Amino acid sequence: MASATTTAAGQPNHAKRVIVAWIVLSVVATPLVAIFLGPALPPGHASQQAGEQVAANTVMTSLVTPVICLLLVFFLYALKQFRAARGGALVDGPPLRNQNTIQVLWIVLTSATVLFLAGYGTYELLQNGSGGGQGPNPIAVPSGTKLQVQVIAQQWEFTYRYPSYGGLETSQLVLPENTEIELHVTSLDAIHSFWAYELGIKADANPGNDNIAFLKTKGPDTFHVRCAELCGLWHGYMFSNGRVVSASQFAAWVQQQQQLFASVERYMPPYANRYFPDPQRRAG
Amino acid sequence: MSERMRATTSKLLGVALFLAAAGILIGFYVSKLTTDAGSPSYTVPVQTAGAHPVVDLTIQTVAAVGPQLSPGHPDFVSYLIRDTSGKWRRDTVWRLPANATVHVTIYNFDGASGLRNPYLARPLGVDGNQEVVDGKPVSVINPDDASHTFAVPQLGLIVALPGVADDAKDQCGYAPCPMSNAHRTITFTFHTGAKGHYRWQCFVPCAAGWIDGFGGPMQTIGYMDGFLDVV
Repeated sequence: MASATTTAAGQPNHAKRVIVAWIVLSVVATPLVAIFLGPALPPGHASQQAGEQVAANTVMTSLVTPVICLLLVFFLYALKQFRAARGGALVDGPPLRNQNTIQVLWIVLTSATVLFLAGYGTYELLQNGSGGGQGPNPIAVPSGTKLQVQVIAQQWEFTYRYPSYGGLETSQLVLPENTEIELHVTSLDAIHSFWAYELGIKADANPGNDNIAFLKTKGPDTFHVRCAELCGLWHGYMFSNGRVVSASQFAAWVQQQQQLFASVERYMPPYANRYFPDPQRRAG
Repeated sequence: MSERMRATTSKLLGVALFLAAAGILIGFYVSKLTTDAGSPSYTVPVQTAGAHPVVDLTIQTVAAVGPQLSPGHPDFVSYLIRDTSGKWRRDTVWRLPANATVHVTIYNFDGASGLRNPYLARPLGVDGNQEVVDGKPVSVINPDDASHTFAVPQLGLIVALPGVADDAKDQCGYAPCPMSNAHRTITFTFHTGAKGHYRWQCFVPCAAGWIDGFGGPMQTIGYMDGFLDVV
């Protein structure tokens, strides 16, 4: 009678060995990945949306871990077990034959994984837009009061307008903590992309377009802002830092900015969702 | 390992090393290009040395740089810097000391183009958040009168430069423009702070004849933009 790890013909049961090794490795590796690697995955935890993106990245990385384990186990096992003897003749392996069970299992497992991810992703997207630009008519709108902030891109700097504070414009992005923010992203010239990395926000800035994205800030933090769309000579230098601050710090900052803004206020156009600036006296 | 395999491995290794070396060299070359291509650097002389040095930066902005300073693009709008001999140079990479006080004088010989974003019409990041235009301190200029800006976004510095009136007499044709030509004089002071490599640029769409006024000299280092090499 053949043992559990050998076939009737006396050959080792390779499939069983690989499956056992795979399961053991996956059972050990997957929780390690989820618990230790997951929280360190990008983009960070500066906003609710960023936290959800970290969770989504953790889910996907955890899902892919058993797949990587299977490939590794299979690769290493094959390398060791099926290595040709030194100086031995090269012989072909046994022919591959149809295995309906494996095919069905493969289709079912991969389909289930993909459908699960599609469902998971759609659900997350519909909650609050997951930090992406949703265009001028957003579908996923979080409930509650929101602070509106306009992001204005131009070659090569982002500036920000706060309609709740008299259309105040600044070159710094400062947000109050634990607040729902409604970002309106637009451009005055070329196509840019507003990417606030640690906030998990990325929205295209197109001229004549109002691209809306939502986020909910967490505690005080700093984040990086970059342009993510090649937009000309100084695209690589179109970056700055932003801050999430306490409510009192935010109020003090607004007051300070309003003082600086006072001199130019009379020349500012009324707040609008998009701008078509004039003049363009020298345009070709 | 057979002789043939060994030879193949050596060849592959050689190709990989060649590609890696070529990649590194191309990387350095591109990096150099994006850093200061088209505009040699100019070390601004220090007026007062010490822990807090003082330097004077004298600049001219012109509607057309002229064949003498830019034979390839004589019609490009441009910044020029005056060296210690009084000669105007088309160098836009300027080496400045760290923690320095920089007194800037700009002679603008160009007409107005207008700012896309009026917010940039207010001087910021300079002493007193004011600029002096033709001897008069101002905290904002009319955005439609802006001819150019001198802006270093990483330092939070922006100064809009008002242009020469459209009907001004004796306007400059090609640079370098003599002081007898119609011009505006703008002065301000800023501080360099920590060492670094900061880009500066004009925010006014002042490139005549280009799409939205933002092509040509606005997209070429050495005319309407450059670097402050703070060392």
